[in-house]
Amino acid sequence: MGTFFHRHRGATPYLLLAPGVLWLAIFFVIPLAFLGYESLQSGLFPNFEFTWQFSNFSDGIRDYHTQLLRSFVYAGIATLACLVLAYPLVYWIAFRAGAWRNLFLLFIVAPFFVTYLVRTLAWLNILADEGPVVGILRDLHILGPDGRLLATTFAVVSGITYNFFPFMALPIYVSLEQMDARLLEAAKDLYASPIQAFIRVTLPLSAPGIVAGTLLTFIPAAGDFINAALLGTPNQAMIGNVIQSKFLESLDYPSAAALSFILMGLILVALLVYARIVGSERLTG
Amino acid sequence: MNPRLTRNELLRRGAAGGALLAFPSLLAACGGGGGDSSSSGEVNDVLNFSNWPYYIDTPDSLKAAGLTGVPTTLKQFETKTKIKVNYYEDINSNSEYFGTIQGRLRNGDGIGRDIIVSTDNDRYLGQYLNNDWALKLDKDLIPNISNLIPAQASPPFDPNREYTLPWFSGMDGIAWNEEVTEPITTVTQLLTDPKLKGRVGVWNSMGDTLGLIMLENGDDPAKVTDETFDRAIAVVQKAQDAGQIRRFYGNDYAQPLAKGDLAASMAWSGDIFLLNDPKVKWGIAKSGGIIFTDNMLIPLGGSVPTASTYMNFVYDPKIAAQLALGAGYISSVAGVKDEAAKLNPDAADNTLVFPTDEMLGQLHQNDPTMFSNPDYEKKWLAVQGK
Repeated sequence: MGTFFHRHRGATPYLLLAPGVLWLAIFFVIPLAFLGYESLQSGLFPNFEFTWQFSNFSDGIRDYHTQLLRSFVYAGIATLACLVLAYPLVYWIAFRAGAWRNLFLLFIVAPFFVTYLVRTLAWLNILADEGPVVGILRDLHILGPDGRLLATTFAVVSGITYNFFPFMALPIYVSLEQMDARLLEAAKDLYASPIQAFIRVTLPLSAPGIVAGTLLTFIPAAGDFINAALLGTPNQAMIGNVIQSKFLESLDYPSAAALSFILMGLILVALLVYARIVGSERLTG
Repeated sequence: MNPRLTRNELLRRGAAGGALLAFPSLLAACGGGGGDSSSSGEVNDVLNFSNWPYYIDTPDSLKAAGLTGVPTTLKQFETKTKIKVNYYEDINSNSEYFGTIQGRLRNGDGIGRDIIVSTDNDRYLGQYLNNDWALKLDKDLIPNISNLIPAQASPPFDPNREYTLPWFSGMDGIAWNEEVTEPITTVTQLLTDPKLKGRVGVWNSMGDTLGLIMLENGDDPAKVTDETFDRAIAVVQKAQDAGQIRRFYGNDYAQPLAKGDLAASMAWSGDIFLLNDPKVKWGIAKSGGIIFTDNMLIPLGGSVPTASTYMNFVYDPKIAAQLALGAGYISSVAGVKDEAAKLNPDAADNTLVFPTDEMLGQLHQNDPTMFSNPDYEKKWLAVQGK
C-alpha cells in the first residue's frame, strides 16, 4: 500500500477525495439536478412534461409566502431559544462539571437515541390538555381554565427547540472546551470584571461554536414538518408541511420541487446575510 | 518527502474528480431490478400482502372478540394451502403508501407485493386502475366471489370487479368522549358548538370530511358539483377560522379522544370498535354517514394465481366472519353475520361490525370524480393551511 501511494503520488489526493465526491454526486448533485428538472414541468400526475414552467416558482411564492415566512420565524425563534438555553448549560459542563463532563454530555445526547418521531410524539403526552404540565399551569393561573399548550405556536416552536437542541449545544461545548482557561486568569489580572472577561474573551472564542450551532439548528429547522404536523394546527403549518403534502397527497411534484428550491434559495440568502453580520471567516472556520 | 498540497490545489483536484463522475452508467446502475414474484403462471409458495395496521384477526383481537382456541385466518390459510404469508402492516395512509411505491410502478417494476389494499373514497385507487398498475384477478380461482354482496358487485371504479375485491368497509360518523361532552349527533354541532372550541377533530381525507358536511348541507355527496363542493369547504373554513378544529387527523384521533384532548371528532367505526373505551361513544350523524371500502388489488409484478387463491379463501363466509370479528370492520361477504353468530352470538350483535339495515340506509357513497379534480384537491389542502 505504501509503495502504491509512493508510486502514484499525484493520484493520492483524487483517491482520498473520491468517496466524498462520489457521495455528494449520488446523494446531492444528481437528485438536485433531477429536482430542478422536475420543478420546471407541468401537467397532472403521472403525465408530467418538461415545459420550462417557471410559473411554478412564482405561484409557489404567491400561494405560500405565509408558510415560508412562518418557517423562518419559527426556525429563528427556535434557534435563539436553543442558543440561550444551551450556552449556560454547556458553559457549566465545560468549566465546572469536572470529572462528570462526559456524563452530562451524555444527558444532552441521550434523548436522541430515541427516534425523532417518537420523541415528538412524547410531547403529545407531556403537553396534553389533561396532562400534568397543563394542569400545573392552570392551577398557577398562568393558563386559563380552558387554556392549552398543544396545537399552539408555543408547542411547535418548543418542539423544534427541543429536537434541535444538541446541534446547538455540542458545537458550543467543543469551542468552550478547547479554550485555555489561563486566558480568563490573564483577563482578571488585567482588571477585567467577570462580565467583561466573558464578553471580551469567552464569547469571541466560542463564536465559531455559536456560528456552527446556529447553522446546524436553523437550516434543518426551517424545513422541518414533523413538529408542525404533530404539535400544531393548520395555523402553524410550515413550508415543510406544504412540500410534504404536495409530494405525497396532491402528487403535484413540479410545485413541490419548485417550493423546495425556493426554500433552499431563501436559506442561502439568510446564510449570506448571517455571514455578513458575523463575518465570513467564522462561517468557513 | 511528500509534497504538501495547498488548500487550493486540493479543491481544484476535487472539482476535477467530480467532473469525472458525470457518466450516465451510474444513473442506470441506480435503477433497481424488477420484483421477484412473477405475474403469471404457477401459484407461488409465498404471498406478500400489504395492509393497514389492525385490519386483520390476531390472537389478541380474537380473544377480545370472545373467540378462543381458534387459529388466526392467516394460520388457517397457511395450513390449508401451504402458502406462507408475509403480512406487512405498512399502509398508514393511502397517499403515503402510494407515494412510496408509485416510482417503481411508473417504471413498470413490481413492488414485491402480491396484494395491496386501497380505499375507494380517495384518489389513489383510481390511479392504480387508470394507469394499468393493477393486474386482472383470476376469477376461475375465486369461485367464492359468488358470495360478494350485490351492493358491492359493480362499483363505478371497477364495474365488473375485474381488478378489485372489497377487504372491509367502514362507516364515517361522529365520536365523542362522554366524560367531556354531551352526545354530539350533528355535524353542525360538532363544527360550531362553542363548548367544543379547539377540541374537535376532523379527517385530513377530503371525501370523508366533506362527505359528512355535504350531507349536513342537504347536498348529495355522491354527486358533487363545484357549488356543493365550495359550500362544504366554506363550512370547514369557518370552523377553522373560529378555532373550532384542533387538527386534521389521519387515523390518529382515537388516542386524543380517549385522553380528552379532543371532546369529539369525526371518526371511523372500526377505530372506535378497536379503541374499546367505554367512555368514547360513536354514532352516525343525524343527516347521514359515508360508507367507504378498502379494496384488495394485485399490483404490477404480483402473482395473480397466488393472490387469487388468497382472495377466494377470505370470501368463504366462515373465514370472513372470523376476520370481521377480529378486525372490527364490515365485511362484504354474504352470510357473514350468521357465521359470526355461530362463532360468538354476542359479538354478532355489535352494530359497528354488523350494522342494522336502518344504519345501512343512512349511509352514502362519495362521488369518485371529486378525487381526480385538481382544483378540489388544492382547495382542500388550502383549508388545511397547506
